[in-house]
Amino acid sequence: MLSRTADNLFWLSRYVERAENMARLMEMGYRMALMPAAGDGNRSEWASVLSASGCAQGYDPDMPLRQAEVADYLIFNRDNPSSILNCFENARANARAMRTAITAEMWEALNNALMELRRTAMHNLAKTDLPEFIDWVKRQGALFRGATDSTILRNDGYDFIRLGIFIERADNTARLLDVKYYVLLPETSMVGDGVDNYQWTTVLRAASSLRAFHWVYRDDYSPYRIAHFLILNPFSPRSLAHCSEQITNHLEHLARHYGQRSPVHSLAVETYSLLTQSRMEEIFSQGLHEFLSDFLKRNQVLSSAIAETYYFGSQ
Amino acid sequence: MFNEMMMNDEVREPYRALVDWMEASGPETLQQKRLEAETLFRKIGITFAVYGEGGDPERLIPFDLIPRIFTATEWRKLERGVKQRARALNTFLYDVYHNAEIIKAGIIPADLVFKNAAFEPAVIGIDPPRKVYSHIVGVDVVRVGPDDFYVLEDNCRTPSGVSYMLENREIMMRMFPELFSKLRIEPVESYPDMLHKTLKSIAPKRCDREPNIVVLTPGAMNSAYYEHSFLADQMGVELVEGQDLFVSEGRVYMRTTRGPARVDVIYRRIDDAFIDPLCFRPDSVLGVPGLMNVYRSGGVAICSAPGAGVADDKAIYTYVPDMIRFYLGQEPILNNVPTWKCANPDDLNYVLENLGELVVKEVHGSGGYGMLVGPASTKEEQATYAERIKADPGDFIAQPTLALSACPTFVESGIAPRHVDFRPFCLVGDDIRLTPGGLTRVAMREGSLVVNSSQGGGVKDTWIMAD
Repeated sequence: MLSRTADNLFWLSRYVERAENMARLMEMGYRMALMPAAGDGNRSEWASVLSASGCAQGYDPDMPLRQAEVADYLIFNRDNPSSILNCFENARANARAMRTAITAEMWEALNNALMELRRTAMHNLAKTDLPEFIDWVKRQGALFRGATDSTILRNDGYDFIRLGIFIERADNTARLLDVKYYVLLPETSMVGDGVDNYQWTTVLRAASSLRAFHWVYRDDYSPYRIAHFLILNPFSPRSLAHCSEQITNHLEHLARHYGQRSPVHSLAVETYSLLTQSRMEEIFSQGLHEFLSDFLKRNQVLSSAIAETYYFGSQ
Repeated sequence: MFNEMMMNDEVREPYRALVDWMEASGPETLQQKRLEAETLFRKIGITFAVYGEGGDPERLIPFDLIPRIFTATEWRKLERGVKQRARALNTFLYDVYHNAEIIKAGIIPADLVFKNAAFEPAVIGIDPPRKVYSHIVGVDVVRVGPDDFYVLEDNCRTPSGVSYMLENREIMMRMFPELFSKLRIEPVESYPDMLHKTLKSIAPKRCDREPNIVVLTPGAMNSAYYEHSFLADQMGVELVEGQDLFVSEGRVYMRTTRGPARVDVIYRRIDDAFIDPLCFRPDSVLGVPGLMNVYRSGGVAICSAPGAGVADDKAIYTYVPDMIRFYLGQEPILNNVPTWKCANPDDLNYVLENLGELVVKEVHGSGGYGMLVGPASTKEEQATYAERIKADPGDFIAQPTLALSACPTFVESGIAPRHVDFRPFCLVGDDIRLTPGGLTRVAMREGSLVVNSSQGGGVKDTWIMAD
């Protein structure tokens, strides 16, 4: 497979995943904003959404941190490289540059999503439309993944697609947790009021994991459990452990397919072992923030190592 | 004017079954089929627009439902004529890059060849595999009477449009399965296989294994990108961009996830000027530095060879019948349109005096741009154009305004005749191959003779009836 094609496949799925995560993040902000303001009424939901999005540095500091402005920035802003509109634009540009490597169904899912999104972008989104729009984005992500799963050959191309999804997803889950880590600290559970409780559940909701969480832990919303669910639980589809497992598996596939092993494989296995062998107590005592920062760095290094290993610096 | 379907108020033989079917089905069915085709085409058309026209969903190439039909006898003549031309053009190319016998014999003026912008000194003396320079020759043919075909121009570089030939047929087979099962229409879907076979046959002699073939595209922004990806997909070969290729130790490689993979045959869809910044335009980012050196030393085959364009220049065109006589010792099967060369003072005077009746073209132009269609022009337009000709007569040629044949076509007011031309795609490698079919282009505006898609032309399926 052409290195450029592998690169395109990897980024194509990263961008679709990113758009979807951006939508989930906004869902979190939206729900938090529905809560009665605590104490002084100093609301910061949209500030935390912005910082969890990983693209806060491009936000005009003179703009108010309200839903209308932040949502517009995260959805439609052409100057924000990670806006949902740009994610779909980039995903489609990647797809188009290797039209022969993806199936017609995948192309149609992507193309239709972008066409519709461009139309929506023309008339700005009214405030009340946000939940509906969020659902729409999640649906597009699901359609694309479904089309991919049911039509594409299970060869190396598929591995690169999956690597893109899970590198991006791990990055998003870790960043989401990092922004909200303070609500998950054990001390906060001492406060244990309704607002905190609500905030934790919104974190789960942002990871589309609330229902799943119930099945696993019932109604024990302790920060410990929530952090465990999103970091170490291998059954949770957005946990770092699950993402890491998938990344390791697909790299293993590539190694077998190409009959070639490289440092990138040990790198992935190392992170995976860390996640399977750690316990939450240790992570909390070491510092949740420190742990997450370390993970984000590892994930970034892994992503570059994949590029180096298979793209031969053609970029 | 010759009507492809009707002659002396009678339906011509190749169209009889189609007309019978249309009459039996009635206007309602036809209208419904037309709507169906539109829906279907919009669905597939989206892909045309998205890949073909820079993403603007409104820029579909209009597709007309009524096919253009040739009898087996008509086709046999066209086929022989086109193959003869493709052979002569390739012999000419080999000749001008070697001994230039045709110039020594005084048949073609030396300046016309050697001072031609499309003449490429970098390939002088090179022996490409099988001595072929132009592996895909698109010959544009028009018809003015039952037996009168004229070649309008040759396309020896990288003629486009073959994806429309294939996609149009796909749509027609879905729309009219009963006609296809009843009539014996020659299939066209073998084209990608034949192209693959042709490309395989021109692998360099040094290639000691199954050749690795790639299609080289300028990228997704190119207007013909859809066709590039379509052909690569149909042949099952990689679609590469310049950045995917590199030269090392006299060979060309592509960057793959398993490391460098050697490339043996490049079907390039980028212009000569861009294929190697070391040899041609230094500012080109589309090409591959060092590619020409590898080509010259026989490490890679390029289709079409750089410099092939000198054979399809409009000034050279007038000499193609002489080429056929000189190289093949045959009489041309297909005629050229009589052409006045403005470089020649007598011709220039004639052209200036008869601008109202002639079609004047720029020698190096293409795509229907910058031409004057005399009968459709105003006095002012003619006067302005005359000044341009006088300023640089060598840049212009003129031809009589041909009464292009017309084929029934769906238009706003119903079904009406519209002018058509025809481009078959001839493949030259170990053999000369021609798919029974081609691209019929139709001028959608009443009376218009300009069929180019850039000027609002549409396309039709072309049926060659089997014996």
